[in-house]
Amino acid sequence: MADLHKLTIYELSEKLAAGACTSVDIVNDVLASIDATDGKVGAYLTIDRASALEQAKVADALRAEGSTLPMLGIPVAIKDLLNVKGQPCTCSSKILEGYTAPYDATVIAKLREAGTVLLGRVNMDEFAMGSSTENAALGKTSNPWNLKHVPGGSSGGSAACVAADEAIAALGSDTGGSIRQPAAFCGCVGVKPTYGRVSRYGLTAFASSLDQIGPISKTVKDSALLLEVLCGHDKMDSSSIDMDVPAFGKSLTADTSLAGIKLGLPKEYFVEGMDPEVEKTVRDAVDHCKSLGAEIVDVSLPHSKYAIAVYYIIATAEASANLARFDGIRYGLRVDGKDPIELYGKTRAVGFGSEVKRRIILGTYVLSSGYYDAYYLKAQKVRTLIRNDFTAAFKQCDAILAPVTPTPAYKLGEKTDDPLKMYLDDILTTPVNLAGNCALSLPCGFSSSGLPIGLQIIGDSFAEETILKIGHAYEQTTEWHTRKPEIS
Amino acid sequence: MSEANEGMDVGYVAKLANIDLTTEETALFQGQLNQVLHYVEQLNELDVGGVEPTAHAFPVYNVLRKDEVGTSLNHADVVANAPAATDGEIRVPKILDQ
Amino acid sequence: MQYEATIGLETHVMQKTNTKMFCACKYEYGAEPNTHVCPVCLGYPGALPVMNEKAIELCCKAGLLLGCEINPYSKWDRKNYFYPDMAKNYQITQADQPLCLGGQLTVDVDGEMKTFTIERIHQEENAAKNTHVAGASLVDYNRAGTALMEIVSNPCMHSAEDALAYMTAVKQIMQYGGISNCDQEKGQMRSDVNVSVRPVGQKELGAKVEIKNMNSFAFIKEAIEYEIDRQTALLESGGTVDQETRGYDPDRGETFTQRTKENAHDYRYFPEPDLMPVKIPAEQIEQWRSELPELPAQRRVRYVQELGLPEYDAGVLTADMATSDWFEQAMRHTKNAKAVSNFIMGEMMRLLSEQNCSISESNVTPEKLAGIVALIDAKTISTGAGKQVFEIIFNDGGDPKAIVEERGMAQVSDDSALEGWADEAIANNPKPVEEYKAGNPASINFLMGQVMKASRGKANPGAVMQMLKQKLDR
Repeated sequence: MADLHKLTIYELSEKLAAGACTSVDIVNDVLASIDATDGKVGAYLTIDRASALEQAKVADALRAEGSTLPMLGIPVAIKDLLNVKGQPCTCSSKILEGYTAPYDATVIAKLREAGTVLLGRVNMDEFAMGSSTENAALGKTSNPWNLKHVPGGSSGGSAACVAADEAIAALGSDTGGSIRQPAAFCGCVGVKPTYGRVSRYGLTAFASSLDQIGPISKTVKDSALLLEVLCGHDKMDSSSIDMDVPAFGKSLTADTSLAGIKLGLPKEYFVEGMDPEVEKTVRDAVDHCKSLGAEIVDVSLPHSKYAIAVYYIIATAEASANLARFDGIRYGLRVDGKDPIELYGKTRAVGFGSEVKRRIILGTYVLSSGYYDAYYLKAQKVRTLIRNDFTAAFKQCDAILAPVTPTPAYKLGEKTDDPLKMYLDDILTTPVNLAGNCALSLPCGFSSSGLPIGLQIIGDSFAEETILKIGHAYEQTTEWHTRKPEIS
Repeated sequence: MSEANEGMDVGYVAKLANIDLTTEETALFQGQLNQVLHYVEQLNELDVGGVEPTAHAFPVYNVLRKDEVGTSLNHADVVANAPAATDGEIRVPKILDQ
Repeated sequence: MQYEATIGLETHVMQKTNTKMFCACKYEYGAEPNTHVCPVCLGYPGALPVMNEKAIELCCKAGLLLGCEINPYSKWDRKNYFYPDMAKNYQITQADQPLCLGGQLTVDVDGEMKTFTIERIHQEENAAKNTHVAGASLVDYNRAGTALMEIVSNPCMHSAEDALAYMTAVKQIMQYGGISNCDQEKGQMRSDVNVSVRPVGQKELGAKVEIKNMNSFAFIKEAIEYEIDRQTALLESGGTVDQETRGYDPDRGETFTQRTKENAHDYRYFPEPDLMPVKIPAEQIEQWRSELPELPAQRRVRYVQELGLPEYDAGVLTADMATSDWFEQAMRHTKNAKAVSNFIMGEMMRLLSEQNCSISESNVTPEKLAGIVALIDAKTISTGAGKQVFEIIFNDGGDPKAIVEERGMAQVSDDSALEGWADEAIANNPKPVEEYKAGNPASINFLMGQVMKASRGKANPGAVMQMLKQKLDR
């Protein structure tokens, strides 16, 4: 092994351009890495060895012809809720057993156009419902930094495979923190783009008004490049915003000065019950940004504390309808019954896991006759207040710094019996999804027990360039992102 | 949100959602979801009079498509995905008149 | 006690679009099952809807034709219910902000002009088609997701006749407006009927019974009549009517309970997050308004006032859009509206019905009929000969002028030829001549007949009459 799997997209692109390695070499290295460690990490659900090598060969041939596609020959892992033509798309659920996607999600088409090699499909919480990848029907994933701990979720497989050097980068999706939280738990970089930046076409929906696809990578610059590939207007997604995509990758330079940038510190994000190590680490990161020239200002996001309540009403309500299509009629698992109603009841009983059932039931309830105004409509109004908080805050600052999670990765099984407790951990990530703006998570230190801690940089809507610039400056002047886990 | 104090009837809601629950699941979810509902009652502290609801993070308007025929799926793929099919149609247990 | 019925209609009309409401699959009636389907209309994971521009236009135009206000802001909602014909197990529809609001329609119900009001028109998507076989049902999703709009009337009708007149008018307007073909056999127009009965004088409506999903006007009429009788009988015997959903069994001529109020669906409407709202600016509405075709009622008035046709003719010609359009085309080639009208109502309708075909299939084109009328007006042929030419063209095709020439059908107005036949008729028939001279003017008709016979129908009847009178009155 030439340790190519340990490199970043930019490092590999340089080698490829210089003819120092081929895409086939990279894919072979990554596959070897998967063979060596994925038995322990458990990130992958399916590995497309033959297809990956075939794609790598094509990439090498294209390069020989002079192609300079932005991600030519770079192997990437895909969260198992994105449709890839001809492949299963299980969403880590039994209910999609036997389903073969007949089409490519728009982001998959974009990855192909950029020359990417699709490696395989990685684990997640069933239908993206969870924060630990423990709600997964088809396999368990561990945190590469400590196999007894969760990788976070729902994009746990995406973060774990990148952290374990089992992929150069991965796609995740973020509905309430599902990219940022696992990235923080696994010491990776993850971006939740502004709602509407990335097409959702082909992303199996959890909560349509909150879902966004985004990158998980080893560095901010890699995320910037991947984000640039993923973004863009799509006429297949009515919520896709028709605006130009900045050259996120190229916009990042060697300049690490943050002079002239105002960073907001929301007092509501340093919550009661927060792990003191997390708080200290994040405050150190804030100081570091100050040392790079940024001005730190206090801001307030007063309605943040309602975000969990609002999120679990809106997300479950939308999910209750989005997941109604999994009914055993047109695809996937079917448990037969004497009539369709019996078939639905049995199929969905067997096909869905507990957390999915709980959320569908909650979402059904909050929309049901007599309760809509009290729950759903009210939550939508409080959502407006949460958005207004951000609008006001971004009048005072260019970006907001905050922790991603109240604690580092917890132990497997620690919170599975208490859904509400698990939900409350999303307090620092859900407000961004509700408001629709963008945020970045990157490593900013480690706990005394050696678990990564993440820094969240929250940007205004469509201000991805700003948060990437800040993250890149931070990363260039720290070494957290260079550390690798010892997987044992 | 006074109704919430009564808690939800998980059995009834599960029927609406077409999920057959076991007795154990019903009891477990009943407790867990009542806890969640109790938690979300904190929204009652807020006065949302005059606040517009947010349905879309960035409402744009009139996202329209021309009425032009595009590609449909390969019929064989549609049938292959179906758990049961007869003569190119998707077979289901007898639908009773609603 | 006297009772009165109140009826409201929810009429579903499939719009004339090439593609479905939210995806680019083709709408084609009768295609092989499940060949016009895609991830969107099959409810596959990850698929998203995108609005069909044409459907929005047609829905708004339908609204304008029915006197509705176009809602400057409308939005989409999900209506949740599980059914195998609804791929996503929710229907995308419009709950509180439909495209069209208000509206009314004035129709002739057995000679009385009545105005019925419309509450709203909203856009939604159609369901798939189920067929039932032994022990199973089969689902064809070709129709799933096609553009369907729902015209909701107020509860403003009081009899089956009202409902029928309303539906007939709606159908006619949708066809005229190019909104829908409203082919009921293809399921392009279906109605849910709400019927309630209350004692005359009572303010509140009685319990509402909904009869679902009927496409035949005849069955709708039967169902309404049955339901009014059933509810009235219940109330008369001191019973109460249950609010429920019923179906109509045409074989038994009865309605039957499908879903009681207790089991009513809880549709859990909420705003569709995958679709953006629609804003329609005033200029767009005016543009659409300027493109609207003339409606039957407007055409009727114009036919009477501008073309001088009798009310009766105007009514017959406009009853069907194809006929009316055909008439309009003919009028581009002639000014003689009454002659064209007579041919359409007479020869055309007789031959079409004998040969069971439609006016668009007729060999007699509007231009050819205008040609026949021109020959009659120029007195080249008689009206009778004109009818013969019409039938010849209808059966075998051909050009009016050529047929008249080939078959020597041109009438004779030439005095010298007529004089010979007239003198002969007078000489050979002394009795009618005497009678005419004795003061019986009708007797001249016999002589006239003799001349026509001698000329083999080619003599110009007007000229013959004039000549006979000239000779006899001398």
